[in-house]
Parts: sequence; C-alpha cells; structure tokens
Amino acid sequence: MTVIPLGVPRRLLEFTLDGEEARVPEGSTILDACRAAGKDIPTLCQGDTLTPRNACRVCVVEVEGARTLVPACSRRAEPGMEVRTDTERARHSRKVVLELLASSVDLSTTPQAAAWIKEYEAKPDRFGPDAARLNEEPRIDNDLYVRDYGKCVLCYKCVDACGDQWQNTFAISVTGRGFDARIAVEHDGPLTDSACVYCGNCVEVCPTGALSFKSEFDMRAAGTWDEAAQTRTTTVCAYCGVGCNLTLHVQDNEIVKVTSPHDNPVTHGNLCIKGRFGYQHVQNRD
Amino acid sequence: MRKRDRSPKTYTRLTHPLVRDSRDEPFRRAGWEEALDRAARGLARNRGAFGMFSCARATNEMNYVAQKFARVVMGTNNVDSCNRTCHAPSVAGLSAAFGSGGGTSSYEEVEHTDLIVMWGSNARFAHPIFFQHVLRGIRNGARMYAVDPRRTSTAEWAESWLGLNVGTDIPMAHAIGREIIHAGLANEAFIARATTGFEEYRALVEPWTPSLAEKVTGVPAAAIRELAHAYARAERAQLCWTLGITEHHNGTDNVRALINLSLLTGHVGRYASGLQPLRGQNNVQGGGDMGAIPNRLPGFQDILDPATRLKFESAWDTVIQPHHGLNLTEMFEAMEEGSLKAVYCIGENPAQSEADSEQAVRRMRQLDFLVVQDIFLTKTAQLADVVLPATAGWAETDGTTTNSERRVQRVRRALTPPGEAREDIDILCDLATRLGHPWKYADAEAVWNELRSVSPDHHGMTYERLEEHQGIQWPCPSTDRLEPSYLHGRLWDPDPRRRGRPAPFGIVRHDPPVDLTDEEYPIRLTTGRRLDSYNTGVQSGGFASPLRRGEYIELCPEDAERYGVMVGEEVRVSSRRGSVLAPVWIDLALRPGLAFMTMHFPDEVDTNQLTIEANCPIAGTAEFKASAIRIEKLPVATIVR
Repeated sequence: MTVIPLGVPRRLLEFTLDGEEARVPEGSTILDACRAAGKDIPTLCQGDTLTPRNACRVCVVEVEGARTLVPACSRRAEPGMEVRTDTERARHSRKVVLELLASSVDLSTTPQAAAWIKEYEAKPDRFGPDAARLNEEPRIDNDLYVRDYGKCVLCYKCVDACGDQWQNTFAISVTGRGFDARIAVEHDGPLTDSACVYCGNCVEVCPTGALSFKSEFDMRAAGTWDEAAQTRTTTVCAYCGVGCNLTLHVQDNEIVKVTSPHDNPVTHGNLCIKGRFGYQHVQNRD
Repeated sequence: MRKRDRSPKTYTRLTHPLVRDSRDEPFRRAGWEEALDRAARGLARNRGAFGMFSCARATNEMNYVAQKFARVVMGTNNVDSCNRTCHAPSVAGLSAAFGSGGGTSSYEEVEHTDLIVMWGSNARFAHPIFFQHVLRGIRNGARMYAVDPRRTSTAEWAESWLGLNVGTDIPMAHAIGREIIHAGLANEAFIARATTGFEEYRALVEPWTPSLAEKVTGVPAAAIRELAHAYARAERAQLCWTLGITEHHNGTDNVRALINLSLLTGHVGRYASGLQPLRGQNNVQGGGDMGAIPNRLPGFQDILDPATRLKFESAWDTVIQPHHGLNLTEMFEAMEEGSLKAVYCIGENPAQSEADSEQAVRRMRQLDFLVVQDIFLTKTAQLADVVLPATAGWAETDGTTTNSERRVQRVRRALTPPGEAREDIDILCDLATRLGHPWKYADAEAVWNELRSVSPDHHGMTYERLEEHQGIQWPCPSTDRLEPSYLHGRLWDPDPRRRGRPAPFGIVRHDPPVDLTDEEYPIRLTTGRRLDSYNTGVQSGGFASPLRRGEYIELCPEDAERYGVMVGEEVRVSSRRGSVLAPVWIDLALRPGLAFMTMHFPDEVDTNQLTIEANCPIAGTAEFKASAIRIEKLPVATIVR
C-alpha cells in the first residue's frame, strides 16, 4: 500500500544577504529570502503562482563572483552565497529597466511603479517624446474584460496562466518577433472570436492593468474607482460544489471585482467565468 | 453563425414580503409582522402534513436550523433539498458501501495520482477549477480516461474516450470488473480483508464478457479491456463521477457498480486512491451533512439509531420521529394524493428544476399553503401564498459551506442586503417563536457551535480554526489535530477490530433507461450543463457572458442532415410527456441518435417538459439523462430567423 508522500525534508541553508546572515528553507529563491527579511525588491513579471519567466529584469541583484546580475525571482539561494541587493550596479540596472519600460509603456495603473521610479531616480522622459509607444486604444470587445496593450510589459504571465501552467485554454499567445512582439489571441482578433473562456485568470496575474475587468476599467474611466474605499471579503462561490474561495472587492455596496486568494488550496488563485463574473444577480436590486 | 437576439430574463431581488389571500389574486406588499403571522398560521393548521425544502445554496448554519425547524417545530422528518435531483444516489451508494456519504478523496490527491477516470462527468465545463487539479495530475504524468456518451471537452484531454450508450454504465462497469478478475488483477488481499460479497459479485459480472459489453454499450471491447487493465494496474487511481451516473432511474445502482471497481482493486482508503463524486451546488454536501435530508440527523447520523435520537432529543428537548421522513420526490407524490398540504420552500426552484416540470407545478398548486423564502420571485415563488425576502447566502451572510472534498469553509458577509431582506436563520427563528419555540441565536457562529456539540465529525472545527487552515475537511473530531485528507484508511488496518465493518460489493443489475427509443421517438436526449450557465439560470442569467447563446437542441451533423435541418432553424422537439420548440445547434461531440439540451433557459425552452420523472427507488433522483424524443421540421412559413 502507498503512504502519504512527505517530500524531501527541507533543510535550512545559510547565506549572506546585504552583509547579514539569512536562513531560508532549501529551494527558496533570493526573492523569497529578501521578502522574509523585509526588503522591498521591485518585481513585475514574477507571480506567486507561476514559474519565473525572467522577462522584466527589475528584480536583479548582485551575487558575489557572478559575472552578470541575477534575477532574484528565479535564482535559488545557495549555501554560502553572498548577495547584495542595493549595490550601485544593481540600482543602476533597475533604473535603466524602469526608464525603458516607463518610456514605452503606460505604467499609470501599475501598483508601486511611481514609487520605484522615484526611488531609483529613473527619468523615462530622457528618451524624448518619440520613444516607442504602442499608441492604440484599449480593446473593448466584450462586457467582461478589457485589453489595453499600451500598458503591456510583455511579461508573459497571462500567456502562462492561460496556457499549460493553469487554465490550459491556450487562447493567449505572443505574436510577432523582436520589436514587433506583442500579446494577442488567435490572429490578433477580438476576444469573442478566440478560444477564450472568460475565466479572467489572466487578469488575476496581470501586473500592470493591461488586462482589467470591465467594471474596473469603466469606473477608472469615470473617475469613480477608489481602492481606499473598497472592502475585500473572502467568501465561497455560490455555483458548483467545488467550493472556490472568492475575494469580493466591494465599493458602495456593489461588487466591483472578484479575485481569489493565491494560497488557497482549492483555487490557487484561479476561478471560472461563473465565479469571476457571475455575481451580478445579487445586486439586481431594482 | 450570428447569435440570436435574445434578452434573457433577469430577476430582480425581492426587497419586501409579499402576501395574498388566494392564489387567483396578485401579490400585495406586506410588513414582516403580517407575513410571518400568515406563514405561522398556514403552517400551524397543516401540522402533520408539512414538508420542508431546504436550500443546497445556503449555509450549513441555515440548513441546520431549517432541519431543526422541521423536526422540532413541525415534528416531522419531511425535510429535503435539491440534492435529490443530483447526487443523492452518490450519498446513498457511498453510505451503503462505507457508512459515510462523502467523496473519499481530496482535490490535491488528484494531482498526485497515476490514473484518473472521469465517468459521466464533463468537469471541464461543470467543475472547471476541479478540472485544473485533474490537469495538474495529467501534467504530473497521470493518465485520464473519459467515459461519457458525448465526446466532451473533458474527453478531449483523455488518453482514451469510451463513448458508451446512455444508460449502459452498469454493463460497462461489470465488464471492467470481469476483465480485472479474469486477468488476475484483482487485489485479493484487500478483497479478503476489507470487503464482503465478492463471490456473489464474481458470479454477477461473469456474463459480461467484453464482447457482450461491446454490443450493449457500443464501446469496442479492446477499449474496455484497456481501461480495466489501466485501472487495476495503477499504483493509485481516482474514480470521479458526476450526474451522468446519478441522474438515472437506477442512479444508486450505477454508483454501487463504480464503487465495486474500487473494492476490487483496493483503490479506496489510500492517499490518491479514492472515489470522488463532484457535487453540483455550493453546499449540497453540507445540506446533507447538516441533516437537511429525511433519513439523517446533523453530522450524517442515522435517525433509526435510538442512541443517536436520544442525544438529539435531550439536546433539543423534543421527540424525534423514529422513522425516515419523505424525500423531495415522495413529498411531491404526497402532494398529489393530498397527504402533504403545506410546504416551506427555502431557496429552491422546483417549479423549473424538477423533471416533468408541468406535473411539479400542478402538484404545488394543490397545496393548502406554500411559503417561499428566496432572493428572487422565482417561478416557484409565484405559486406561493407568502413570499419572504431572504439574503444571498454567499455574499450577504456569515456562516460556512462544505464542498465536494468535504472541506468546510467560511462564508462571509460582504454586502448589505437590499430593502427589508432578512437572514434565513432570523426568519426561521421568528417563525419558530410564533409556533411556540422561542429560538434565539446571537449569530451564525452560535448555530455552528450548537452543531459542533452534537456532531462528532464537526466537533474540532471552530470558526477560528476554519480561518487558520482555509477550511477543514470532515471528519474533524478533535480541536488540536487534523485527520488525513482521504476517508476509510481503516479498511487497510491489519487489526480487524479497527478495520471495522467491511465494505460490501453492490449486487446490482443492468436496467436500461425507462424511456425507450422506438420508431416514434427515435432519438436519445441527454441533458447537462454549459460552462457559463448554471441550473435554471436564475443566478447565471444576471451577467453578460460572451459565451451565452441560449437554449438549443444539439444534434450531430449526420442527424441534422437526415432531418434536413440547419443551425439556428427552429424545430419541434417532442417526448412522450411534452413538446417544445427549440433551435438547432450542431455539435461534433454527439453521434447519430444522441441529442443534448441544457436546463439553463427554462423561460425560453422548458427542457424539463421533455424529461421523464422515472425515479431511483433508493435515492429518488429522476432520470434527467435519458429521454426519448423525436424532432420535427416545422412548416417553412414558421421558421424563425
């Protein structure tokens, strides 16, 4: 008979983080160690439910003896390693990355982007007004969510969430090559002609608001979106018997957005169309 | 093809009580006092002829109070919910075999198993987030087999799809069992120690040779043999099923036939080996666990056991009827014969969800008194004498619900309910008070703690611990320990005393669908769910789904050609019970002689006018999955574009 797999016992390993001793379980990334130590390392393409893509490079740190800067999100901590997160070289690299991203992409709805730009003294304007921008209107082709590729940093998180890491629907992919690369659905057509099943799991992981719920998009456009006035309450979905946990974002007694806790054992942050969008019936009040 | 222009019926929330003096009058608005007084009078004059429809959507706490209301205030065990129309056979089958009605495994175990059988389940559509665990399992190397008449989007992920004829699950299961025995792959040590009735089972399945099964099920013998060997040889295997197994006139027998396979191979009671019925409502598991069923007290404790009754009688200071009450199906029959005169219906819509819905409506019209407590004025509420506006269980109340893996999770209030809508528990308590039982609960947690004091399986689940662990699976008898994620590990214990009652093989025989196909009704109609819609559509009709396309009669291309009909063309669909008009959709997942409809849009096309009310004698579930129909092309002039 089989027994419950306990997995390999996880030992603690020690290394030096900014001159101080750090102890983390084997298998942790440098980013895990930084967060455990309370250090704020910027990240964009990193997702707690996704395999690191190493796309955005804003989380780079310096490792003693390494030729290049390493991405903290994917590099595992090793015993005896000496890591410095705040060196001139690491800071300069982050600054340049932020300048390049912010000059070519609209980061206005990226949480913390403004604070990072300030902290690293990045000057996105220095490339002038001709910096390559997509300059296209948000795509509104359905009533559930909006794609605004002017805000896309090509982090691939939506591709992974829609693809083999979670949803396995494969509606989202990268089209074009090099400078022309962009995120799209089949033939870069409207969502309604694609394989999309409207689970919204891509919106859940999008770091910049390039993908957003129509409810949030409309309220932002109307100037009524106010996160400070919103409550977040985790409850259980009212549809099938799987029991997905929903976090209801409520503003003025209206559900304005639904997410799911990423560490939940049932959902791992994922929902289906009914759980994500099927709430309107409770607020059809008159 | 362009979507039809369709404005789905959206329901608005009930915001104040509604009453009327006779069913011919329209409703008029009333205050809570008047509505509750009327409800109390209507129930009081029908004591002894009362039935409670509890709600598989509401919290455990509400279900606990509702069944207590039926048993203590009204003195009857006539309490049931819509579990009857879906998974009651799973509960009946599992408890007959193992003494407990819950699925034996957990979602996480599906990710770490070697073989997954999805039988009569389109989980990709009906349980999408469970299916993500299945997909993880597949990516971790598990092989998946789909057994389903339709080549569903679940089957698209399978190693092999066994497209059996509707209603031939038992021949298929028996043929798999026979093959396992003949190949010498039965787990003899497990059979000897943990089961009874094997010899009888061996004799039962002996006639079901793969070639006979091929004739009856329509699945090639080689495919049946392959699944048998894969299941028996797997180190760990999960057998999952949904309504394709249970919504038959012999649903409980179907479930027993599947359980037999797990007993034959020892795929139960171990990590990642088990049986997983996927429940269809957010709290259909919890409703049964809370005793909102006619044969069990809270904690799924047997109502026929005198010691159990005594415990509840002293806890509730009452006398509990020492026999089973009527289930939902029997209650409808009792309405017909006039022995059930009053119904308290909470959050259910039987006027649209019951098979042969016209008959259900007619029966409810015969009631002396009907009080409906809901968040909408549903078709059922429109038949009532008193309508009480309630809060939405999942977003406007505190409490808990229990999911398919027996995980009890917290539900929290996020919204203020509209108008004068009140919480179910408060309404129940006010009615109980008017009927001589002054109940008061400070909050949902007080109800939960009362339940914990009478249900050993829930005893260890304080609200605090539920929060800490993001839900706890039952059984959880202790406040400082968690039990394994799977049930019935006892069956593997070397000590016969600890092993407990061995699991009996179910001796069940093939019985084809009641509604036979013939020259007049040549097509087999089966029903199911779509991804973006849900049940009778009262909830899911409220949001703007780009996937929603309304109700269709779905045919395979061959049948469409035979009848000379095109996509979107309206046709008449008739069964021996009723007839509806529905447009045609062509689906490659179907095959000649098999049609598919949903029950999501009853206001457009009332599919349940076609379905047959042939009920499982053990669990009372109707045969929604198998009706015989015919399709008629309409005269050219009436084709609707």
